[in-house]
Amino acid sequence: MYSIGVDVGSVAAKAVVFDGEKIVAREIIPTGWSPKESGEKLFEIVKSMAEIEKHQIKSIVGTGYGRVALSFIDRKITEITCHGKGAHFLDPSIRTVIDIGGQDSKAIKLDDKGNIIDFLMNDKCAAGTGRFLQVMAHALEIDISQLSQIGEGATPETISSMCTVFAESEVISLMASGASKEGIAAGLLQSVCSKTYTLVSKVGIQDKVFFSGGVSKNSLLKEFLSKKLGVEVFSSELSQYLGAIGAAVIGYGV
Amino acid sequence: MRPEIMTEVEALRGVNSVKIKEASEKGKKVVGMYCVFSPQEIALAADAISVTLCGTTQAPIEEAEKELPRNLCPLIKSSYGFAITDKCPYFYFSDVLLAETTCDGKKKMYELMSKIKPMHIMNLPQTANDEDSLESWKKEMVYFKEFLEKQFGVEITDKKLKDAIKLMNRERRAMKRLHQLNAHKPAPLTGMDMMLAQWLKGFNVDKEAGIELIEKLIKELEERMEKGIYAFDEKAPRILLTGCPIGSGSEKVLRILEESGANVVALENCTGYKGLDVLVDEEKDPITALAEKYLSTPCSCMTNNNGRLDLIERLAKEYEVDGIVDLTWQACHTYNIESFTVKNFTKNVLNLPFLQVETDYSDSDLGQIKVRVEAFLEGIK
Repeated sequence: MYSIGVDVGSVAAKAVVFDGEKIVAREIIPTGWSPKESGEKLFEIVKSMAEIEKHQIKSIVGTGYGRVALSFIDRKITEITCHGKGAHFLDPSIRTVIDIGGQDSKAIKLDDKGNIIDFLMNDKCAAGTGRFLQVMAHALEIDISQLSQIGEGATPETISSMCTVFAESEVISLMASGASKEGIAAGLLQSVCSKTYTLVSKVGIQDKVFFSGGVSKNSLLKEFLSKKLGVEVFSSELSQYLGAIGAAVIGYGV
Repeated sequence: MRPEIMTEVEALRGVNSVKIKEASEKGKKVVGMYCVFSPQEIALAADAISVTLCGTTQAPIEEAEKELPRNLCPLIKSSYGFAITDKCPYFYFSDVLLAETTCDGKKKMYELMSKIKPMHIMNLPQTANDEDSLESWKKEMVYFKEFLEKQFGVEITDKKLKDAIKLMNRERRAMKRLHQLNAHKPAPLTGMDMMLAQWLKGFNVDKEAGIELIEKLIKELEERMEKGIYAFDEKAPRILLTGCPIGSGSEKVLRILEESGANVVALENCTGYKGLDVLVDEEKDPITALAEKYLSTPCSCMTNNNGRLDLIERLAKEYEVDGIVDLTWQACHTYNIESFTVKNFTKNVLNLPFLQVETDYSDSDLGQIKVRVEAFLEGIK
């Protein structure tokens, strides 16, 4: 038997198929304008990837902001609980999860069973989220995936605005005054790092720290976070799937 | 199904807006108040009507922000907005206003509001823990009494004060009994209805009629409990809501909690149980008795405010709660800072899950709050 976890985020939709022991299929697609359609499409994709039939599926769990739009799921669970379970499945020694996605960032503290002891989310503004970096990358005329590489080794410029709109004009003024793209890129990542540090400190940093969500692909930010938090911050190729994995694990009832 | 009497309770605001108009036109004086520190008894002893004017809706905030900073607590902005737009019948019919020096935001807003209507400001001590504070608060009671005597041309005798104290104690006892019904597991009344019933008492032009209605509601609920009719089933997580005051229009966190399957069984805030906990001593000299009661209010504007932790602990045990939610209005510094203390107390002493929600009256963060609340409840189950 199998369970399927579908995590429809603001930018990307992720799904995994779980056989009770391991992830047997996974896929990620852009959420686009319709979380309902992308969720359904993704469900069909992973089902055929794993070559399974409907009767072999014991449970489908939806998570992420788009979970309410999904009609094919058996249960919906918040991404916070799913990230906790997902992290515990990947590595039971994880005690802190930093999740930075498209529209929010979270710090989650776990016990030794993957239960949530405490969590904090950013408030309604975009500071410290993937959206912030996306807007800034646009201002720098680069792709968000290049931020890390460009900022590598540069002396970070100071970005003082927390507000995405003001920070964008700050970036534009910095460019006008001759600051390097490299320095600005590093500065932007420092700014997200500092915002995240405050969030994580409030729930309390406990080893081992795992970094999930789309923004965790940014290796320079991971490096900044490790330095700032004083402990190594881990991520993996499954980082972006953490919510979907947690949903599938909960659905399987492990 | 909702208790039948709740329909009558819910109609109170409308009914009372007509009653206050009629009373005012017959020459009855109205004292508008903004706080649980306001000694309503003194207004009643002046043969006046006391009404609560605290703003609980988003609508007048836009107007208020023309004169007040945006980054200010929504309760202050809403209250001021109602005053300058004159859209609240209760403000309109108020002859005088009573204000207190509670938090900085309110204190400075009152300076502006006092230009609109005659206002008396009571100088509230910042601590309840010393004799000087009590002595000074006693004097403030006398000053307010003298203010009303002069404004309304009446004499407020000790006899009248004592009668008012008895009446208000009766109201408190009724509201307290209603609140305590929800200590039963499962609770007979939703937190939403409890909030409405508690909040609407502030509009009661006729206190006796208000008490009678609450007693009818208690009776109906007791009958329903005998038949095994409750608001939520036994499995619903029981939540204590603490923090800033809420009313109709600013109930979003309470609503989200209950829509997500929790039952808010205890409202520790000042629109809920906080003001009901302690009665006024009916034997003592009335001014002393009033000063003692009101000064004992465990509000975050006091330093220290350990009384709030004691009250939370008592309610958490009596109501067998599964978690505590602390609501903070944006820019309410005192409750926001105190939340850290409440969090540590809840987690370390009470061993209960804790969630702080900082928000305003707008609907812009409903989705975000819902995720937090659902995740919090998933952790309890």
